[in-house]
Amino acid sequence: MKVQLREIAHSRAGDKGDVSNVSLIAYDRARFEDLRREVTAARVKEHFRGIVEGEVARYELPRIGALNFVMQRALAGGVTRSLRMDLHGKSLSSLLLALEIDVPEGGSR
Amino acid sequence: MRKVRIGAGAGFARDRVEPALELVLGGDIGYLVFECLAERTIATDQLEKTRNPEKGYNAGLDARMRAVLGPCRERGVKIVTNMGSANPVAAARRVKQLARELGLPEAKVAAVEGDDVVDRVRAMEARILETGESLDTIRPRIVSANAYLGAEPMVEALRRGADVVVVGRSADPSLFLAPMMHELGWGADDWGRLGAGTVVGHLLECAGQVTGGYFADPGYKDVPGLARLGFPIAEVREDGEALVTKVPGSGGAVTFETASEQLLYEIHDPGAYVTPDVVADFGGVELEEAAPDAVRVRGGTGRPRTPTLKVSVGYRDSFIGEGQMSYAGPGALERAKLAADVVLERLRLQRLEASETRVDLVGVDSLHGPDLRAGAPAPRGPVPYEVRVRVACRTATAEEAAKVGTEVASLLTNGPAGGAADAASVREIIAILSVLLPREAVRPVVTMV
Repeated sequence: MKVQLREIAHSRAGDKGDVSNVSLIAYDRARFEDLRREVTAARVKEHFRGIVEGEVARYELPRIGALNFVMQRALAGGVTRSLRMDLHGKSLSSLLLALEIDVPEGGSR
Repeated sequence: MRKVRIGAGAGFARDRVEPALELVLGGDIGYLVFECLAERTIATDQLEKTRNPEKGYNAGLDARMRAVLGPCRERGVKIVTNMGSANPVAAARRVKQLARELGLPEAKVAAVEGDDVVDRVRAMEARILETGESLDTIRPRIVSANAYLGAEPMVEALRRGADVVVVGRSADPSLFLAPMMHELGWGADDWGRLGAGTVVGHLLECAGQVTGGYFADPGYKDVPGLARLGFPIAEVREDGEALVTKVPGSGGAVTFETASEQLLYEIHDPGAYVTPDVVADFGGVELEEAAPDAVRVRGGTGRPRTPTLKVSVGYRDSFIGEGQMSYAGPGALERAKLAADVVLERLRLQRLEASETRVDLVGVDSLHGPDLRAGAPAPRGPVPYEVRVRVACRTATAEEAAKVGTEVASLLTNGPAGGAADAASVREIIAILSVLLPREAVRPVVTMV
């Protein structure tokens, strides 16, 4: 079954210089394994193609059912000089939640 | 077991003031922390200080202090803030003056200086952390350099009896860690508890972002009373465990979800969150809903601090010239695209010297770009009823930058049909990069004003 991440998780984006971090937190801890299996760093890098120029690293926080994606060269030169409208990359959390993944049948948010 | 209750009265420079007063009146807090200093603000405030030696601190200082000083003095609530920005001593003097005006002449106000290391940085050789290049690439254009100070000088100010502690550049969690260390007797090498306290400080430093601000998503994450969003309180115990909550009756919510989003906000490796005080480890943090609007935080820890301090270096980077124009109704998108093409062609014919150019169709592709992302459903739905064109160019001078807005404005009589609501701007960009400085090169000084 395909599900958009928005249905099973929430997210917030933060900035430091030209680096954006985007969290992904399962509403239901039981969904954490689905996130860990499906939402790999490589998949996220592909999803953010055209926005993130550098590497994407993923950190796992199983105690709170969360993943943290740290994306290099993600903010067009950084908050203080970017030509983009979204200087801080605040809206990148919404982009991550638009990703669709495969999950086993029967689960819900 | 000893405890301290700390409220977060602001999470950014222009934050709302009413929730801070609500914390003082109804939060039963011992400390009120105002975090008001973004990465770049100190550089622009430094330029203001150059023009007027009595300025260069947060513009909201007067309004905040007028609102809370009296009630704080009545209840013995102490204030810690980085509203000093580029000029903590002038800000502290201003607080002292406001206190006198409010009939509180006995209030003790301390300033922490020593974060300004611009002379040292101008003269040193160093690699820029973000680019790996030599400092020489920006040296002549440097306008400010501020080391991130830790909690220790603020603890000293509190020990000397300060009711209000005004600092410039400090790490945000350190503003909260200082009252914990002071009240709970934590030593500057108590790495485990400094790490735990840093986790709590991090949860509070953006104020409303842990009580349901920046969180609501109707139907998915509903937040009651968002318009009256209350700010957070942390009740921290001697052993480092804390309860994050808010003033009863205020708007918003403190839940596992609000706390977990804020826990990871602006965090990279959760196992190594480096501050001037400690290398904090967020990896083992547990969040548990202990009561309605109360989340228990435990499991944060830490390792010894690094031998260096991070320094934010502000420098004159460039100018950005920008123009915007809206189109509506049938064919709005086509006319907006034509408008953008016309402006780019005219700027080319003028031989505009721009190192970077960007076109956005606001309402269509301005946030995530024109490409459909692989794996995501098409972010572009039906053709929007109205579209706003934005053209932005990076230039070396203000004169060059001004050409962009002029070309966009001239679309009114020289562009596609129906252009409306034009706007133009020229901004000088003071950008920020970072270097490391040996810790012993930075000497914080506490002054009672």
